[in-house]
Amino acid sequence: MSSPETLFRRITDYASRADPYPLYAELREHGVARQEDGSYLVGTYDEIAALLHDPRVSSDPHSRAEPFRDPLALQEGMPVSFIGQDDPEHDRLRRLAMRHFGPPHTPRRVDALQGELVRIAEELADGFGDKERLDLVDDFAFPLPVTVICRLLGVPPGDVQQVHVWADTVVAGLDFTPDEDPEPRRRASLEARAAMGRYLGELAEERRRRPTDDMLSALANDDGPDGRLTQPELMVTSVLLLIAGHETTVNLISNGMLTLMRHPEAFEKLRADPTLMPGAVEELLRYEPPVQFLPQRTPLADIEVGGVTVPKGSPLILVLAAGNRDPRRFTDPDRFDITRQDNQHLGFGSGVHNCFGAPLARMETRVALTTLLARLVGPRLLQDPPEYRRSPVLRGPRHLPVARTPGGR
Amino acid sequence: MHVVVDLNRCQGYAQCVFLAPEVFELHGEEALMYSPEVPEDQREKVLRAVAACPVQAVFAGEQAGAGAG
Amino acid sequence: MPGDAPGGRIVVVGASLAGLRAAEALRDGGFTGELTLVGDEPDPPYDRPPLSKGVLLGRTRADACGLPSRRPLDARWKLGVPATGLDPLAKQVLLADGERLGFDRLLIATGTRARPWPDPGEAALDGMFTLRTSRDAERLAERLDAGPRRVLVIGAGFTGSEIASGCRERGLAVTVVERGRAPLIGALGGTVGAFATELQRAHGVDLRCGVTVTSLTGHDGRLTGAVLSDGERIDADIAVVALGAVRNTEWLAGTGLAAGPRGVACDAGCRVFDMYGIVTDDIFVAGDVARFPHPLYEYQLLALEHWGNAVAQAETAAHNMISRGPDRRPHLTVPAFWSSQFGLNIKSVGVPTFSDQVVIAQGSPGERRLVAVYGYRGRVTAAVTVNRAKWLEYYQHLIETAAPFPPDPGAADFDGSEPVPSDVPDPRVLSHGPTVYVTGHLPLLRPPSRRPGG
Repeated sequence: MSSPETLFRRITDYASRADPYPLYAELREHGVARQEDGSYLVGTYDEIAALLHDPRVSSDPHSRAEPFRDPLALQEGMPVSFIGQDDPEHDRLRRLAMRHFGPPHTPRRVDALQGELVRIAEELADGFGDKERLDLVDDFAFPLPVTVICRLLGVPPGDVQQVHVWADTVVAGLDFTPDEDPEPRRRASLEARAAMGRYLGELAEERRRRPTDDMLSALANDDGPDGRLTQPELMVTSVLLLIAGHETTVNLISNGMLTLMRHPEAFEKLRADPTLMPGAVEELLRYEPPVQFLPQRTPLADIEVGGVTVPKGSPLILVLAAGNRDPRRFTDPDRFDITRQDNQHLGFGSGVHNCFGAPLARMETRVALTTLLARLVGPRLLQDPPEYRRSPVLRGPRHLPVARTPGGR
Repeated sequence: MHVVVDLNRCQGYAQCVFLAPEVFELHGEEALMYSPEVPEDQREKVLRAVAACPVQAVFAGEQAGAGAG
Repeated sequence: MPGDAPGGRIVVVGASLAGLRAAEALRDGGFTGELTLVGDEPDPPYDRPPLSKGVLLGRTRADACGLPSRRPLDARWKLGVPATGLDPLAKQVLLADGERLGFDRLLIATGTRARPWPDPGEAALDGMFTLRTSRDAERLAERLDAGPRRVLVIGAGFTGSEIASGCRERGLAVTVVERGRAPLIGALGGTVGAFATELQRAHGVDLRCGVTVTSLTGHDGRLTGAVLSDGERIDADIAVVALGAVRNTEWLAGTGLAAGPRGVACDAGCRVFDMYGIVTDDIFVAGDVARFPHPLYEYQLLALEHWGNAVAQAETAAHNMISRGPDRRPHLTVPAFWSSQFGLNIKSVGVPTFSDQVVIAQGSPGERRLVAVYGYRGRVTAAVTVNRAKWLEYYQHLIETAAPFPPDPGAADFDGSEPVPSDVPDPRVLSHGPTVYVTGHLPLLRPPSRRPGG
């Protein structure tokens, strides 16, 4: 058995991508595991939940002590999006964005998207045609969320492909691959982020001149009680929404299909009774969360977690996926149970930084899985485990090849 | 169907408002208001809200003691 | 029903939240005997919090607030029939319709009612309201629909403040009269009281603190206004009396139980004491009417008018009613409540009145987003959030672990505020009730009769 000090290295190792759960179990046994580089890994449910509600835990990269500072994350010029800020600034920026996405100001925007979402999903499924072999990632799970988030924000259909390339490059920069120089990837990622920001900034300018009913128009033109987003704030906020709005949902859908195909009884039960779908989506968020850990937290004071003192300024990594399988919180945690009760999972995080786009992700996943279940007759996984994407954080299959009997409806 | 929310548990994530905006409403940034009696056409949406509540604070069921009076 | 026999007869007096949840918990716990619920109101159990919010605003009908059931009950319901007495020797509950209900175990969950205006003649004027029942809310909402020229709210506790908020949201002119120095001060102390004062005024409430209504005036049987103790006159066609609650214990007079105006006293397992402090073994109590000892608050008897307490205590009482001695469990949940008013969500954990100091640990009154943390003799005893509910469970943990006060700094949105006296007034100087009665004493304000040598 290796040392707990190397757990993070082992978790991020690409060889662990298909099944990191034994490593998460090892982490839970240690509760809080100090790593060789001075960071701290937390994998038990109660401790993660407590830290997510602890006001002394910062999301701001500036809170890191000197040796842990990431010069690339602290670039001059662009402000940090709300995901990397603390209250009260985090709260102000998030509230400004929420005004145009959800309650109390715009409670129906997501709900109103449902009809169109169903139509897009049906169109993608129509595109399967008579193919007996599908890649559920490329043919479905990927194009669905990117189309939806672009539609929501107001990115013209002709630009979706470009946005998608940028988003991919940005996410590649989040990878943790030890023993490889991360610099080139990180730089490409920052450049893609900047290009995306410039693009969205220009699009916002256009919306100021000619407003439409999309979210970007609303963000660009509204003067709410907290004032208007500055142009740089608007750029980083919309970049955040675009990236987070599809990179995570792709994984939720493809991990979801993979899990359901590995559990044929659940697959059939769900196909027979679609009212089970909301509970099934929650169970997927617990069982295979699309964001496996939160790598960007930092204590603002020395804090005690599970009997260990984590020094002020140390990197604190909260492994949501490990907490979601904690036997002290969930009965039979490694069992995939679409009728699980009391499922207070950490799939969308918790506390003030809980996933902004959760309602959209839920709806997309519900519609996606419902559509696929109806369309896939006699599906078989052609590769199990499938090939995974690089990122250990946004973990999911790169391709999900399946065979089916054509023509199902 | 009737619904009740344990507002001690509620932390204002507003997932129920997103999912069933005809039944749940945010009053200001954080205070939740809702109509306990659920119209038949909102049933499915309310059940989605029950499943999605991150703190499992929403409870739906048939009215207690209905017909008892 | 000796031992843990799952059969027998259980009577639950009180068919609101606590009574309902207790009945469900009894069935969940395996009780298969005869179960009877007695309620003085004609309606099946309903939820009261929406009455002063959605119903008052006219967005929800008063008769659409029924509580969902958690499970089938297989119970006999006696609704619209108040209990009028109890014979503890014969083990019978007496009902207003003459029926005598025999029981092996009894749960008292009769709750509270609105404290009426003390002058019966004035109270009978058309335009006078209290707000406690579904019927009260329905009548009040109807009258607000008609567009009164001014609403007078007497008492600025949570109910009075929520009523004032609802009226302002409807665009109605409102005067609030409070005998204490500030709204909410009785439950939350001076710092939040000052915040609530500013909040009400910013929303256009004509707030009068430190005064009382000395008389109400009428013409042809209709309310026309009020005279205040400072000599001012208020013209109002509606007055809502929000002077707190009266515990429904009169029906227990002469039973020898420890029941009185401050509630029905019980042990940590919800078993009712008799007047000598001896615990009964077949009579239990839960909800607003109960006074129970809490270890976090020096085992003083607490009486909580809280939704969450009603549910938790009902579940504990039910469990203990059908469990043998060693399997019984104590009611230990940390008190918690919420209020929404003037567009803000106010939440509380612990007992803010059990404090000597308070500090603003996050946010600020100016932002209208804050966390106030209360301490007593150097430990954290309560916390209140305003639009900051997602942080509350951190502070609940501090309360449960008796963490030092003031709490460690470190929150990014802590502005360096220093602790100040929590300034909890003696409840006797308030119009409104504190909603948590620490019925032994307040830490800094012992009743005169308890003063050494007094």
